[in-house]
Amino acid sequence: MADHVIRLPDVGEGVAEAELVEWHVKVGDLVREDAVLAAVMTDKATVEIPSPVEGEITWLGANVGDVIAVGSDLVRLKVPGEDVPVVVPSPAEIKQKPPSAKPRGEAKPMLAPSAEPSAETTEPREPPEAAPHPARRLPAHAAPARQTSFGAPRAEGLRPLASPAVRLRAREGGIDLRQVPGTGPAGRITHEDLDSFFARGPSVGRSAGLQPKTGVEELKLIGLRRKIAEKMATAHSHIPAITYVEEVDVTALEELRASLNKEKRQTLQRLTLLPFLMRALVRAVAEHPVVNSLFDDAAGVLHQHAGVHIGIATQTPSGLMVPVVRHAEALDLWGCAAELARLSEAAKAGTAQRDELTGSTITITSLGALGGVISTPIINHPEVAIVGVNKMSVRPHWDGTDFVPRKMMNLSSSFDHRVIDGFDAAVFTQRLKALLEAPALIFMESST
Amino acid sequence: MKDISCRLLVLGAGPGGYVCAIRAGQLGIDTVLVEAKKPGGTCLNVGCIPSKALIHAADEFDKAVHFASADNPFGISASKPALDLAKTIVWKDGVVGRLTGGVSALLKKAGVKIVEGWGKFRDGKTVEVETQTGLQVIRAGEIVIATGSAAVELPILPFGGRVISSTEALALTQVPRNLVIVGAGYIGLELGTAFAKMGAKVTVVEALSRVLPQYDAELTRPVGKRLRELGIEVMTEARAQGLNSKGEALIVEAADGRKKTLAADKILVTVGRKPVTEGFGLEAIDLDRDGSFIRVDDKCRSSMRGVYAIGDVTGEPMLAHRAMAQGEMVAEIVAGEKRAWDKISIPAICFTDPEIVATGLSPEEAKAAGIETKIGVFPFQASGRAMTMAKEAGFIRVVARADNHLIIGIQGVGDGISELGGGFSLAIEMGTRLEDVAGTIHPHPTRSEAFLEASLRALGHAIHI
Repeated sequence: MADHVIRLPDVGEGVAEAELVEWHVKVGDLVREDAVLAAVMTDKATVEIPSPVEGEITWLGANVGDVIAVGSDLVRLKVPGEDVPVVVPSPAEIKQKPPSAKPRGEAKPMLAPSAEPSAETTEPREPPEAAPHPARRLPAHAAPARQTSFGAPRAEGLRPLASPAVRLRAREGGIDLRQVPGTGPAGRITHEDLDSFFARGPSVGRSAGLQPKTGVEELKLIGLRRKIAEKMATAHSHIPAITYVEEVDVTALEELRASLNKEKRQTLQRLTLLPFLMRALVRAVAEHPVVNSLFDDAAGVLHQHAGVHIGIATQTPSGLMVPVVRHAEALDLWGCAAELARLSEAAKAGTAQRDELTGSTITITSLGALGGVISTPIINHPEVAIVGVNKMSVRPHWDGTDFVPRKMMNLSSSFDHRVIDGFDAAVFTQRLKALLEAPALIFMESST
Repeated sequence: MKDISCRLLVLGAGPGGYVCAIRAGQLGIDTVLVEAKKPGGTCLNVGCIPSKALIHAADEFDKAVHFASADNPFGISASKPALDLAKTIVWKDGVVGRLTGGVSALLKKAGVKIVEGWGKFRDGKTVEVETQTGLQVIRAGEIVIATGSAAVELPILPFGGRVISSTEALALTQVPRNLVIVGAGYIGLELGTAFAKMGAKVTVVEALSRVLPQYDAELTRPVGKRLRELGIEVMTEARAQGLNSKGEALIVEAADGRKKTLAADKILVTVGRKPVTEGFGLEAIDLDRDGSFIRVDDKCRSSMRGVYAIGDVTGEPMLAHRAMAQGEMVAEIVAGEKRAWDKISIPAICFTDPEIVATGLSPEEAKAAGIETKIGVFPFQASGRAMTMAKEAGFIRVVARADNHLIIGIQGVGDGISELGGGFSLAIEMGTRLEDVAGTIHPHPTRSEAFLEASLRALGHAIHI
């Protein structure tokens, strides 16, 4: 038997470290070649690390949630064969899972998106020596010993299991054993179980009513949640933001939207409010290009982009993600709608590609019916502006002589106050308001 | 006679009644126990105890007979033994006398007042007792009915003359030459085996298709084999038709429908027992019934407030140890303790040859209850201790839930296995799993190792088989 060390391979993208998000094996498991050992997560993607050889796992180099440097020892195995220690970086390719990192404000890819190395293009490297094939047959997947687990919750109508002494104590204490969870073998109720039941007090212990809970569950932030936490902390600590709220009368917009949807062709996407907002944003940005910028505060350089790449904050099952509608300035209303639908679907399904999750220059955040009255959006660092959409509702509006019902909606937008003055923020927002209240302006050729 | 007032009155001094009275006395309850005969009831006087004495004497005699024959493997030779059953009965009566005397002493020590005589309900709070010195009226706060059970009589074979019940069988001073037993339940087989060992020609008539029909066939097979070895003829699916005209033989309709006449010096009828619910004024208080039994709840309360019932009068299983546990419980309830019937295991034993012990669910019962099981059987043929006793018949069987290995039934058949019944019962009452028994050292060399091995076998890794 030979010892074999697998190191964290270069998972592409020039990253120096990755976070371990999942072990697929444990010490003692037999794995065969190509069996997945672990999953690591970079800023961009979750990458599975396969085993280049077959053998028995003897050591794991990190815990889930640890950040590991590329090249450091990840796994040690015992492989059948001569007794020579072998060190192998795991082949770096690697089934790429849907990226689950939220690529908020990664400056580099936007500066040189085409030069970015991609994990997909990295050739798998052969292990330095052919893996010997032992006579022993190994299971297709690492097969951890099955653990028989007892103590499942009692099935309905099943007698609580307890010794006569426990039953007597419970009866004398006025406790119905059916309400006492049993921690013993086969769910047996022990004296300790009774002690803890008594300790909760007779008043709460005897009924299934309200009971105080004292436990604290420790949930380690891993994967996407940890990325979100880091990005939010960066954005909030770096950017002195100003949030400006304005209300917008969207009655005309809604009428237009309704009639467009009514006449829509089958092949076209049903329109929501967002494509209109995206188009309005393109218009407003043309007049106030500073809001469509990335601020490299370390270098003191503001990168003002010509293209409008709109990030759309999207709630997915694994957390907040921001898919990007690229070149919104080159998409018409229907194009925006189709791209928006496709990307949010992909993000929710976890199939969005990495470049679909990076490269935004300005972001829209909308919670639809949950949008509330006012929000204080966190800017998607290193962008300088984010437009928040609040809930639309019918409100009375004074038209000079009467109160009339109008469909009103607030926009809560945050700006990086280091590069955008309050005045500019207000002017930009007022322009957005004007465009949305008179939607014809959005579609006028070369309006000013 | 001056009326007596007391807090608790117990009607019947069998195992249920006397235990109830002793426990009540211990708890400081002012208790009166009414009994027409000696304390101890059926169990001590005409049941468990005397039958076990007789069975033991018969076993001893059987050994002597065995030693006198040339084919015993131990190299023992002895002359042909003789049995004076009258002397055996005197010894048995001595054992019974010591025990009933002991119970009387315990009752006295506990401060229980015993009123001898036949008690009758006047109402739910009052009992009249016909004593030797006159009618004694007793008023009680609470009353426990512990009147027990009696042998069932067949209308075509009324007790009397040659037709006897187990009570008379335990008092015979001569071994009958031809003994016919009607009913192959445990009482009939225990006594039939004893009398066969003492030299009687025994024929057992059973209406069902096999002996001990309340136990599964696997469990009773060693008993049936031993009955044949002892020369006991077992007629299954046969029906007693009554005595012949001379009253000296039993006419039986055999399984094939043919009538057979069985010459009989004694005809022992053991077709079951029925609750005693007549003759003590029960009609005066009109309690709810459960068939012929008195209906009780999980605290042994009858349908009348302040009236409890315990023991055989409350239903199956009609076993002394169940009555005792009920009696103890009721005394504590009367004393104000919180108690309710929550027993899981009530083991049953047949003192046949070999003995049978069973508690919890049999494999069939578990299956019928929809429980998936793991079953382990260990035969005594593989037990060193059984070999050294030259008694290798039988086995121990453990029935456990397949999902969590909780032991839900233990049965066994084998020589002396009754002594393992307490351990089996403890295992079930404590809620042990197969792993608990498998992880417990059982002393070597004993028959109890078969329990360990059966549990291991259910887990798939028995050592000695």
